[in-house]
Amino acid sequence: MENIAEIKQPGIAQGQQPASEGQLLPVQLNINGKNYLLHLEPWTSLLDALREYLDLTGTKKGCDHGQCGACTILADGKRINSCLTLAVMYDGIPLTTIEGVAEGDTLHPLQQAFIDHDAFQCGYCTPGQICSAIGMMKEGRAQSSNDIHELMSGNLCRCGAYSNIHDAIEQVMEENINPEKK
Amino acid sequence: MNRFSYTKTHTLEEAIHEVIPNDGTKFIAGGTNLIDLMRANIERPDHLIDITHLDLHQIEETEQGGLRLGALAKNSDTAYHELVQKRYPLLAKAILAGASPQLRNMATNGGNLLQRTRCYYFYDTATPCNKRIPGQGCSAIHGYNRIHAILGTSDYCIATHPSDMCVALAALDAIVNVKGREGERTIAFNDFHRLPDDAAHIDSTLRQGELITSIELPAKGFEKHYQYVKVRDRRSYAFALVSVAAALNLDGDSIAEARIALGGVAHKPWRDVEAETFLQGKVAEPENFEKAAEMILKEAKGYKYNMFKIELAKRAIVRALTEARDLQTPEPLNCYTYNRHHQL
Repeated sequence: MENIAEIKQPGIAQGQQPASEGQLLPVQLNINGKNYLLHLEPWTSLLDALREYLDLTGTKKGCDHGQCGACTILADGKRINSCLTLAVMYDGIPLTTIEGVAEGDTLHPLQQAFIDHDAFQCGYCTPGQICSAIGMMKEGRAQSSNDIHELMSGNLCRCGAYSNIHDAIEQVMEENINPEKK
Repeated sequence: MNRFSYTKTHTLEEAIHEVIPNDGTKFIAGGTNLIDLMRANIERPDHLIDITHLDLHQIEETEQGGLRLGALAKNSDTAYHELVQKRYPLLAKAILAGASPQLRNMATNGGNLLQRTRCYYFYDTATPCNKRIPGQGCSAIHGYNRIHAILGTSDYCIATHPSDMCVALAALDAIVNVKGREGERTIAFNDFHRLPDDAAHIDSTLRQGELITSIELPAKGFEKHYQYVKVRDRRSYAFALVSVAAALNLDGDSIAEARIALGGVAHKPWRDVEAETFLQGKVAEPENFEKAAEMILKEAKGYKYNMFKIELAKRAIVRALTEARDLQTPEPLNCYTYNRHHQL
């Protein structure tokens, strides 16, 4: 376990008392291939652990309610809403966030397709959309354009960039079936 | 969210014996509803027991020719399971009609049964609600009650059960296996959820400290003639205004057996055995479906904003039964996997 970055909660690192008598639990999160050891209050959501304690702010907090999909990440390769779960429950489970989808300077094909198709306006839902689309492609259940609409319905875009989001995803799926189209 | 302590448990025995009845301890698995309710200060457990590591994930055939769905199997894994798709497509369709792919990847089968109503007054701690605090009164009865129940309501509560999966499980006569300190028991699906009566805060007959271990489907899957119709305000990712799980066994033109369960209309998935018995031996035609629909909605009571549900339910029943009758057994799901050249 050479690769562990130990991170404490800011308040506690400064020698202060935790906000309550609640227990601090050691949690080892494996994110984008890197291990982090944190000491967290059990009520810390996985989303808050990423954003507040690990500075992985690519994953967004939209509704904090499981309704908008902005917080979508991949846990063990499966897309989940990181706002509706506790960080302590993900000890040791490999997680992928938007920060981990590119390979070095090479964008993930979906990231590139989102740029090519102008698939966002404000961009707030984009990390969730891309992680969700990666999850959907891995699931392999989308067989048609309509399926993409249905299986991406857990990700809202208040700017209404849906048609371009859809086209970006469809293009990458087509390229994967038929690489000549690229 | 309130403060709580947390432990992870690895065996069923340990989980059950860690629970002290009525002390505010809750089990957590998928957490998609519980965390949301905790954030809204509606659920305030002192202690959470994480049961996600218990050995309750399997989906396996039973000796009786049915299928046992592990309580911790995810909704998505259940809906896409080969045997569920092949033998219980009604269940697969109902599960996939609910929530979003992300939520279905998190939510477990046991948790689906235990999710709580989405009545907005239940969620709004500024308004009285008998389900939240018994005796406070019901804000929905004289409030904005468009999404509320029309069958089996009481003066205390007109909330609906939000699950799609449970509507199919009711139609399929599933049973729920539970385990507590006093041992194991089996609950018929229709007895699992309850009507509000004067104790709207109690959703089910599961006792404090008991844990659902599995849900069992009988051999009969109605895989040839089934339909799940879900009517909602938008086409995807919304709760049902009315939903119908319909299943038929046909003998030529006539009905050998019919099953009808409704969602979005009551405090529990609504079965009407009388209407099902009426259909038995009758010709499978809309005229008879309409009569069955009339029977099911005979006692329905609408409120100011949800009167439309009575007619909507009747039409949804006729449509579900007609489409179930006409179903051409679909080709097995042909899912091509997109070759991912870019590995995560």
